[in-house]
Order: sequence, then C-alpha cells, then structure tokens
Amino acid sequence: MISFKLTDEQEVVREAMRTFAGEVLRPLAHECDEASKLSEEALGQCWELGLVSTQIPEAFGGGGEPRSPITNVLVLEELAWGDAALAVAALAPAGFAFAVADQGTEDQKRRYLPLFGGDHYHAASLAVSEPGPTFDALLPRTVAEKRGEGFVLSGAKCFVPMADRASHFLVVARCDGDLGAFVVPRDADGLTVSEPEKNLGLRALPTGVLELEGVEVPAADRLGGEAGCDVRRIVAGSRTALGAVQVGVSRAVLEYAVPYAKEREAFDQAIAQKQGIAFKLADMHIEIESSRWLTWKAASRLEQGLDATPAAHFVRSYVAEKALWIADQGVQVLGGHGYIREHPVEMWYRNAGTLGALEGTLSV
Amino acid sequence: MIDFELTANDRKLVDGLRAQALVARGYARYYDENEHEFPPDELEESKDFPTLGDLLEGRTDEDTPFGVAGMLIMAGQTWGDYSVRMRRPPGGLGNAALRAAGTPEQFAKWQNLTLAMAITEPGCGSDPSRVQMTAVRDGDEWILNGEKIFVTTGCRADGVIVWATIDKSAGRAGIKSFLVEKGAPGFVVSHKEKKLGIRADDTAAYVFTDCRVPFENLLGLDETIAKKSSGGFRGVMKTFNMTRPGVAAIGIGMAEAALDFTRDQLRAAGVEIEYGPGIHGQSAVTDKFIRMEALYEASLLTIWRAAWLSGEGQPNNMEASVCKAKAGAAVREITQGCIEILGPMGVSREHLLEKWFRDVRITDIYEGTGEIQRMIIARGLLGYTRAELN
Repeated sequence: MISFKLTDEQEVVREAMRTFAGEVLRPLAHECDEASKLSEEALGQCWELGLVSTQIPEAFGGGGEPRSPITNVLVLEELAWGDAALAVAALAPAGFAFAVADQGTEDQKRRYLPLFGGDHYHAASLAVSEPGPTFDALLPRTVAEKRGEGFVLSGAKCFVPMADRASHFLVVARCDGDLGAFVVPRDADGLTVSEPEKNLGLRALPTGVLELEGVEVPAADRLGGEAGCDVRRIVAGSRTALGAVQVGVSRAVLEYAVPYAKEREAFDQAIAQKQGIAFKLADMHIEIESSRWLTWKAASRLEQGLDATPAAHFVRSYVAEKALWIADQGVQVLGGHGYIREHPVEMWYRNAGTLGALEGTLSV
Repeated sequence: MIDFELTANDRKLVDGLRAQALVARGYARYYDENEHEFPPDELEESKDFPTLGDLLEGRTDEDTPFGVAGMLIMAGQTWGDYSVRMRRPPGGLGNAALRAAGTPEQFAKWQNLTLAMAITEPGCGSDPSRVQMTAVRDGDEWILNGEKIFVTTGCRADGVIVWATIDKSAGRAGIKSFLVEKGAPGFVVSHKEKKLGIRADDTAAYVFTDCRVPFENLLGLDETIAKKSSGGFRGVMKTFNMTRPGVAAIGIGMAEAALDFTRDQLRAAGVEIEYGPGIHGQSAVTDKFIRMEALYEASLLTIWRAAWLSGEGQPNNMEASVCKAKAGAAVREITQGCIEILGPMGVSREHLLEKWFRDVRITDIYEGTGEIQRMIIARGLLGYTRAELN
C-alpha cells in the first residue's frame, strides 16, 4: 500500500541520528577533510550506535534485528548530512556484512558474520569499482577463472573503502559468463593493497586500489557457494545507499544556502528576495524531495525482496546527477564565499562530485 | 511502513481504468480534430465495463478524490486520453472550492452540481489580486459585473465559482467567491477557446452583465473585509493544495503513456531496455530512455507524497507545489524526449504521441504556473510572506 509513513521506531532512530550528526559529525567534517583523515573516535561512536551489528542475526553474534534497508537509508541521509565521508566509512562494512547475511551460505555466515557483531568497528569492504575509463559496475573486467575446486582472480579494483584496514574484501568479478562475488582476505597471496588514494572529495575516507594477480579463492569463498549470488542485488543495495548519502549532502547544502541567502544583501534586499536566487532554492528543494523518494522506493523494493535493479538504476542515474547539481547551485548562491574553504559548500560540491563516480562502497 | 507497491485493490482500480482508457484512445484523435464536439460520457464498447464505484469497492481510503487513490484514478484515465475520460469523478475545480470555502449548508445544497472555477480575467492570471470583476451588494442580492476567461469545463458545468471584488481599494482582502448557476440572468458563456492541446476539454470565456445572485451565494457567507489577512484567498489556496497533485497526476498519466508507447516501438524494432549497466553498457537511446523513466518515477513519487499527506489529513502546501512544479516540467521533457527518440513516428498524427506532447504542455500552466509553484515553495523554505518575495 502506497505509504510514506515511518514506523515509530524509524522516527526515533532518525531523530537520534539527526542529533548525533549535528553534535558529533558536522563539527568534525571540515577538519577531517582538510587533514584527509577520519576521526577514529567518531567512527567508533558511530559503530556503537549499532548500525551494522544490530542487523546481524543473533546466531552469528549480532543483535538479531531484522534487516531493514529502509531504516538504513533514513540513517544514512542523516549521517551524510553531518559528514558524507564518515557516513560512507561507517556503513562500508555493511557492504561486506549485509551481502554475506543476505546471500551467503550458512558456512560463510558462520565464518564471517561474527566479525561484525562486536563493540568495535570492524573493517571489511566491497570491491566493485575498477580503474580505467570504461568501468561499469555490472560489466567488470576483473575475472574469476575456475581452477580445480576453486577460482583464480585477476584484475584491479579501486576506490575500495577502508582499504587501509579491511580484513576482507568482497570482490566482484566476471565468472563463467556471469558475475560473482568472492571473499578475499587481506593477506591473500597475489593481492596488493595500495597506499590511500587521493581523491577530489570524501578526502577523509581512506580508499585504496587492490591489484589481484592470480589470487586463489577456494570454492567455499564464492559468495552463495556453488549457486553463486545475485551481484545485481549487491549493486542495487550499494546504489541505494549512495543515493541516501547524496540526499543527505544535498540537504546540507540547501539548509546552509537558505539562511545565507536571507542574510546576504545586494541592491538593498536580501538576495533570497530575488527570484533568481529564490527559484534556485525552490528547485533544489524539489530535487531533494524527488531524490529522497526515489531512494526510499529502491530501499522498499530491497526490503520486500523484490527486484530492485530498475529502482536502483533510477537512483544511480537521477540522484547522483541532481546531488551534484544541487551542490553546484549551492556554490553559486554563496558566490565567492562558495569557493572559499571557510564555508563547507565547496567541500559538499567536491563530495557530491565524488559520490557520483562511486559504485559499491557501502550498502543498506 | 514505507511502501510504494500497489495493493490488489489498487491493481483492480488501475487495470479497470486502463481497459477503459484503451477504448478511449480509439476516440482520442477524433475529438482532438473535432474540437467543437464534446466527447460522450459513455462509449458503446465499454458500457458494460465496471463503474468507478465498482472499481473502488473494498477501499477504505477516507479521502479518495485527493488521496493516493485519486491520483491513481487521474493518471489511469489520462493514460488513455485527456479528454475522452469515461465516468470521470463528478465535479470540477469549483466543487473542491465549494468544499474548502463553503459553509456545510452550502456544500450540502450544491455538491451535486458540476462546478467550474473562474478566476482568470483578460488582464490577470497568476496574480488574482488584480481581479477586476465586481460584486456589489443590493439588498438580498449581489450584482456581478466582469469577464472571466480560461474557465475549465466552463461550457459543460452546471455552475461556476467566480471570484469578484467587493471593494477594489481593499486589494486581495476584498476578493470573495460566489456561486453562479447557469441560467442566471446576465451570465453568458461568450465562447469556447481553441487550444494547442486538450482540445476536447472545454475551456470557456464568460461575461457577466448586471448578473444578480442571492446573497446566500457568497461562499462562506462572510462579507467582512479582513484588515490584514488575505481573507477569501485562503479558501482558494486550500482548494489548490487539494487539486494540484491531481493536475500533476493527469500530466503524469500522459507522460507514462508516451513512455509505454516509445518502449513498445523500440521493442518492436529490436531495442530492449536493460536496467543495471551504466552508460558504458547503454546506447544513447536506452540511456536517454532510462533517464526519462527515472524522471517519470521521481515526479510520480512527489505526487504520491502530496496526496498521501492529504489522505493523512496533514498539511501539504509545499508538497502540492513541489509535485505540480516537478511534474509540470517532467511531462514536457518526457514527451519531447520520446518524440526525439522516435523521430518521424513521434510527430505523425497517425499516432497519439504528438497529441500527448501537445496535451501535457498545459500541466505547467494551469492551476498555477511552474513559476508560481516555485514562488510558493521558496516562500515556504525562506519563511517569507508574499510581500517579501514576489
């Protein structure tokens, strides 16, 4: 039934995240961006909120709460409103953990899920993006070749979040004319993890390149076992998560631009009183709403176990573009001040541009 | 719980409307090219189809016309044709105004009439505070004088809610709404407009010359002129909050038809839309098509949002404008894009796409242009009054 109603619990969670983002994340965002370094303390505090661990089944050491992509997009929007780099870092382990929880074999769940049930942040990441000009999440060039009972992986992945510390990577690769996902431990022979990449935005988020040269993966570490897994579903989860982050960034921009435009005067009037600015703000609001509902819809399809690929595709193509457009307009509303690093809008502009280029960094 | 899937009851409603809509399409071209004729309320081929009441059976929606079910009805019907819509929900824009601004007694008395709404005049549209039509009290009657144009359903309506000023010096506060029934002396339907699209939908022009109506035809029965508040405007704004999402839904129904037609034609030519791969895995055409679908989906969701709030009894002033502005732009982009993809087939009058392209263009104009919607949204965002942002 068509409904936009949050459950009482979701209302409470959203409110708590909003407060947390305002009190803890937002005040650190600028400093972390300038230093290209996450606040480990904030990351720890974020983990303690139980965003990942509570949705791991009790049998595997988690909180046993139902998996809820809808709750997760609500959380991500709020966290990203505070700081997108930290939001992605906080939910990056979910990219690995939720894929195993949703599509792993019992053996895989038993081996990997307990990593995420504890009180301390545990890094493990999805590895989807690839270097090179023709990357496409569903048309990877990384290959998993069947050899004996297992597989041999060759290729390269980039923009792998938390690569500096992840214990395991879930690597998406072509396999037997289809797609597959493979668990690769950090110390696997043939795997090289680069120094942190230097990126346009999300500077505080440590990302890295994985070089895979004949990395052997046992059959038991192909996600889903012999039957394999639905990589499109993993990608849909990641696209939906990124959409929520983008909406959070967009909201941050608008909420900053509105008071600025009311304060700033030109030609004897607040610039917000001029249609040239007021209509920009209205359009930004329209696109934030549109983007949020698209994201909610994809999350709701995922939550109900329905095919979410088209809905997530819409998020991917629409929300990314609008988020960048909104940040771009935010810079314009602030004029010269939008270009100065004293104001956060230039950072949001870089972050929005970076988020648009990402695939497979986190999940709902 | 957040959910965007249609229920079995929704499906029954939409499928039923679509069956009728397909019949309506068979007549769409005729009434487009014979603008002076009115499409019938019932068509031979579908006379045994379920009625709207049948299709709505089993629903519990409290506020069907303006809630989500109302949006499904609007979009489901116009997916067939804008003008040839069988078993339209009774009433027009004026009925919504009556509901919002009339007393309970007035509502009870006139609710069964089909009522048009007349605000626009030759010299004023988006800024109704410039209304020139006058109403002068004369004992137990009002005397109305003035002209109204672009009155939707103006020819077929049984009556009209008309805006007139009782005191020009009072500006907006002096404007009141009156119900005038057809046949009132001095009330003439002067002509029917010829339009780019929605041709079979009648759009009338009215002239009122010393037209007398009883005092009780003043909606709300309040002839005082409020000093500061915008008086009679408020009731009408409430009307638009209710109807704007429906207007957006009408546009989106046609945009969906255009997308469906384009998808079918592409498929027949061997081009399948495959979701998932990004731009490296798409052709220029499939990428464009998917982007238009995303735009359609985004617009539809803003409409559902506004309507859902209405159904929940929550204020939706901003949301009504958001969906109207969003859909108003989106339906143009979508129908333009479909024509661009299909080329000659898109502009041929052998097909309905060129008609949908013309018909949807009204969406961003009537019941508040896109610019007016942005003004409302910006005022809401900025906490500005009308005087601070105009």
